[in-house]
Amino acid sequence: MPPVRMRERGRAKKGTMKRILKQLFKLYPWQLILSLICLIFNVFGNISSSVFVSLATAALTEAGSKNVNPFIGTYPVTSTFGFTLYTNVTYLIIILGCIYIVGIFASWTWNRTMAIVTHKFLNEFRKKMFAHMEELPIKYFDTHAHGAIMSLYTNDIDTIRQFISQSLPNLIQTGLVSIFVFTIMMITSVWMTLVVVVGFIIMLAVVKGLGGKSSKFFIKQQIALGQVEGNIEESIKGLKVIKVFTHEEKSAEEFDKINDELKSYATTANIHGNIMMPVMGNIGNFLYILCALMGAFIYVFKWKNLSASGYDVISNPGQFAGMIALFLMMSRMFANNVNQFSQQVIFIVMGMAGASRCLDLIDEQKETDDGYVYLCNVKYHKDGTFEETSEHTHDYAWKYRHKDGTLEYRPLQGDIVLDQVDFSYDGNKLVLEDVSIYAHPGQKIAFVGATGAGKTTITNLINRFYDIADGKIRYDGININKIKKADLRKSLGMVLQDTNLFTGTVMENIRYGRLEATDEECIKAAKIANAHDFIIRLPEGYNTMLNGDGSNLSQGQRQLLSIARAAVADAPVMILDEATSSIDTRTERLVQKGTDQLMEGRTVFVIAHRLSTVQNSDAIMVLDHGHIIERGTHDDLIAQKGVYYNLYTGAFELE
Amino acid sequence: MIEKIKLILKSVREYKKYAIITPIFMVGEAAMECAMPFIMGMFVDEIKILSGPESFFHTETGIPVFYLALILLGMAIISLLCGIWGGKFASIASVGLASNLRSDLYKKLASFSFENIDKFSASSLVTRMTTDINNVQNAFQMMIRIVIRAPLMLIFSAVMTFVGGGLMGFIFVALVPIVAFGLFLIIRHAMKVFTRVFKKYDALNESVQENVTGIRVVKAYVREDFEKDKFSSASDNISKEFILGEKIVALNNPLMNTAIHLSNILIIGLGTWIIASTAHFDGKDWVGGQLSLGQMSALITYGIQILMSLMMISMIMVMLALSIESMKRIGEVLQEEPTIKNPENPIMEVKSGSVDFNHVNFKYKSEAEKYALSDIDFHIKSGQFIGVLGSTGSGKTSVVNLISRLYDVTEGEVLVDGHNVKEYDLKTLRDNVSVVLQKNVLFSGTIESNLKWGNEHATEEEMMKACKIAQALEIVKAKEEGLKSKVEQGGSNLSGGQKQRLCIARAILKNPKIMILDDSTSAVDTKTDRLIRKGLKEDLPEMTKIVIAQRISSIEDADQIIVMDNGMINAIGTHEELLKSNEIYREVYQTQNRVGGDK
Repeated sequence: MPPVRMRERGRAKKGTMKRILKQLFKLYPWQLILSLICLIFNVFGNISSSVFVSLATAALTEAGSKNVNPFIGTYPVTSTFGFTLYTNVTYLIIILGCIYIVGIFASWTWNRTMAIVTHKFLNEFRKKMFAHMEELPIKYFDTHAHGAIMSLYTNDIDTIRQFISQSLPNLIQTGLVSIFVFTIMMITSVWMTLVVVVGFIIMLAVVKGLGGKSSKFFIKQQIALGQVEGNIEESIKGLKVIKVFTHEEKSAEEFDKINDELKSYATTANIHGNIMMPVMGNIGNFLYILCALMGAFIYVFKWKNLSASGYDVISNPGQFAGMIALFLMMSRMFANNVNQFSQQVIFIVMGMAGASRCLDLIDEQKETDDGYVYLCNVKYHKDGTFEETSEHTHDYAWKYRHKDGTLEYRPLQGDIVLDQVDFSYDGNKLVLEDVSIYAHPGQKIAFVGATGAGKTTITNLINRFYDIADGKIRYDGININKIKKADLRKSLGMVLQDTNLFTGTVMENIRYGRLEATDEECIKAAKIANAHDFIIRLPEGYNTMLNGDGSNLSQGQRQLLSIARAAVADAPVMILDEATSSIDTRTERLVQKGTDQLMEGRTVFVIAHRLSTVQNSDAIMVLDHGHIIERGTHDDLIAQKGVYYNLYTGAFELE
Repeated sequence: MIEKIKLILKSVREYKKYAIITPIFMVGEAAMECAMPFIMGMFVDEIKILSGPESFFHTETGIPVFYLALILLGMAIISLLCGIWGGKFASIASVGLASNLRSDLYKKLASFSFENIDKFSASSLVTRMTTDINNVQNAFQMMIRIVIRAPLMLIFSAVMTFVGGGLMGFIFVALVPIVAFGLFLIIRHAMKVFTRVFKKYDALNESVQENVTGIRVVKAYVREDFEKDKFSSASDNISKEFILGEKIVALNNPLMNTAIHLSNILIIGLGTWIIASTAHFDGKDWVGGQLSLGQMSALITYGIQILMSLMMISMIMVMLALSIESMKRIGEVLQEEPTIKNPENPIMEVKSGSVDFNHVNFKYKSEAEKYALSDIDFHIKSGQFIGVLGSTGSGKTSVVNLISRLYDVTEGEVLVDGHNVKEYDLKTLRDNVSVVLQKNVLFSGTIESNLKWGNEHATEEEMMKACKIAQALEIVKAKEEGLKSKVEQGGSNLSGGQKQRLCIARAILKNPKIMILDDSTSAVDTKTDRLIRKGLKEDLPEMTKIVIAQRISSIEDADQIIVMDNGMINAIGTHEELLKSNEIYREVYQTQNRVGGDK
């Protein structure tokens, strides 16, 4: 099945930002409001402190003109907004200090709060994603590249972190600063403000132009990077083949070719990113000079200045100096802010794309489960009756509640019937067609056939990894759709084709089969699987840590562990899917004793590559392209001289 | 560590000039950025004393407004150009370094012997070539752009504060060490927390990976809730640690703000005092003092610049510290010496396919106690068919790996065509000893491109012939595009048996003197298996064939069968001889006979 491509890098679904913000606000409304208030105080503090700095210089000038000590006594100082304060430099410094203290406290509060909120949110988001992922149907994992799912938890979550902790406050800050600064500038001089507005428009155009180009090359770079990484992975995995064929130079040549391509895209993308800062910064400088000149012209040529307050500060000789200083400070602050924000644009785009992919996972339909029949342990009395018990016995029963409220128990026997089952992965092409199988309690049913014939698929239908398209599957006479999925699966002990182990000790991995199992039970299971011998030879025996999917064990040893895991689960029905394929024939014989013991008294489904493993089955199903083409015991099938006979005598290839 | 960094920097090569030129432009930009507030101060001062249109060009106090505007404009342009060029050259240099580094690492890997390769895990090598190189690229870029610029800014600005502000410069002399110390403490604590938490974060992601690949196991054992709980507590724990780290980092801002604000207040307070006590008011402005109003506002700007560059320096420190791990990992690979190298004056030709093992002992690591092979001694004549049998871990693969010098013997010697394998040119030897490895790998491309690995100049006819011998002709013919059919990464669109047959064809195309099949027909049915062997025998009679197999049927007609057990030769003989005399062989035969024989 070809993996479905995840949403391309760099594109976000519409409404993503709204959803993320909504969730964020729902979880942490007070923290966000607090942060916003502190952010406002922070910005207000920054701006008003500039105003007071300019007031201080104005006060100094005023004191000079009045020939008084600037530090003591009060004298009128006219602010650039036209109002007059009776104050002195000392007072102004004290006010400034207070503003600073409030500002520092506000900035610390919102920085800290946002950092905490970010990580708490990411934690919740991550947990939600994981919990949802665990509930997704197997189909999701079939159709999505595992690398892409993994990158949701690493790269994409990280882009969300960047967005919430940096871009979002920056976005708000830029907005706030723009409003404050714009207001102050308008109060001072509409003409000078116009200069800044023109500059602002140029800046936006630059952000759009440079930023757009940059992100275009950025995407190209990501694609090239993907190719290079693919090549690296392939080369490293096939390094031994490269050496055996002395293909080193040729491979290096090919690698250099795509590596060069990556270089050219990466360089261009990187240059665009690097240029942004000096370009924006110097537009700010130009603006500064222009504003100053503009102010000078207005003053010198006695142009009619327009201001929102109606008070013409610029032509007023007393305030001209302080006003110019303030206005320039404002224009600088404004430019810096836009500059800072321009750095965030790419992060916002990336963050939304990442969030979009994460939300796609959360929006996936969960595995549905309408079952109402439960599995329970039972204890038999001497007279053959039984009752439900919470302890682990080897006997089970199905339990369901009738509409009238009465409970009915039906002992679990392991009678599994597939009745004219059809199945398709994609809804079009039937993978299984008209498959009927009757497994009576205690029987061993084997499936034989080429890869892709549908052997594993059948077992995956029994445990409802997939749901059938047509037909019926009954378990002890109950339609399996009516059985609670978890309970159905608990009743099926599975040893799967891929032996996935988990980080943890050997003991923990065996106990995965049944969490309540004691150490003794686990060791006993390991002995059944013939795994005990190699386990005790490991550095720390049962307490040896297995890392990254048990990579410190051989494939064969991992298979033995997964058999032990199934043994400890002690389920009434077993499914063995190529359980011993990587174990050499000598060891397999030893394991077989264990598995035979495991199969005793249980209904068992076996898939095996080696026909020796299935010979003693009660029935062997030969599958071909989703159809059962032959069925019967080993002797029956040999006598038929059909496909099985040819396979057995080695005339056909299984693959 | 220094050596490793030196080794990495060697890869700069043709980008060296860009790496050198970048800081020059950055210095230019920094100089402009530092000088501008000073000139702007003058500019504003002059504007304030403007009296009429002509005063744009004339002034008694210094440089006229008009010229100052031109100077400032010029400076902004210089700063812009320096910034653009600096940014551009920094990109070229750092991306170039990364690109060269990747290429160098690739070539280094290709030069490794199997022993070298075994040292590193595949996934760690991939990380080294991707993430780690990326980290180095960023760190290098940061270095050439900012490492010189930020301290320069600091020094420039500091000098300017003294030039423009006189004794006021001491405010910063006092503040800088305090802030630096504060930053140092914050970084040290935060780094400690973050390095710890990043390790845990990696572990968490590994557990996600396990869940993704092992989802069937999770669901089969109904362990969804168990896994969720496990993930939740791990995630909670990480989140707590992250928050702890972030709380420390959040102190950064208040520290910087306090410093900036404090310097502002001091500048205004002291500045006002200096101006008021040394200057006189000429009716419009304070003149003649040790400080002017314009200089005072310039001081404020310099103060911010000083503290900002301090912050930048601290950021670089963090980045460099983070990239040191990456550099270490890359350096490790670069420093690794290939254990198998070409001899001087190598033999360039292999004339026959005879193989001799003379009392060979071998262990994979020199420090290992146990030998993987001990006292291996056997002799193969050119053109013979040799079978090798033994259980997993008995040393079959180890033996054949010594023939093409994939590993070197620890003691004893291996001869091919009468010469020690160490005397041959490696390429010559390996071209003449074709190994089909246990782990078969096809590369993404076409069937043809894969076959051409065996012989670059192979004609279609030759390829078809090789496929015929390897029984792969039907695979090629069944595909619409024949030899041009696509092969996906890892050959995932072919079955195991198909891959094995194509790999054999690839090996045949090398036209070797010796061919080794290491369990390479395990997924092929017995009939095809037999046909492959027949093809090899009839079409390539001169070639020595060494076959490792699990199935006795694959090797029963060999000239000699070597039975391996626990790193030693248990027996050598023909099928009939071994059946009579060797217990292991008989046991395996009986097990398998039960499989395939009882008709």
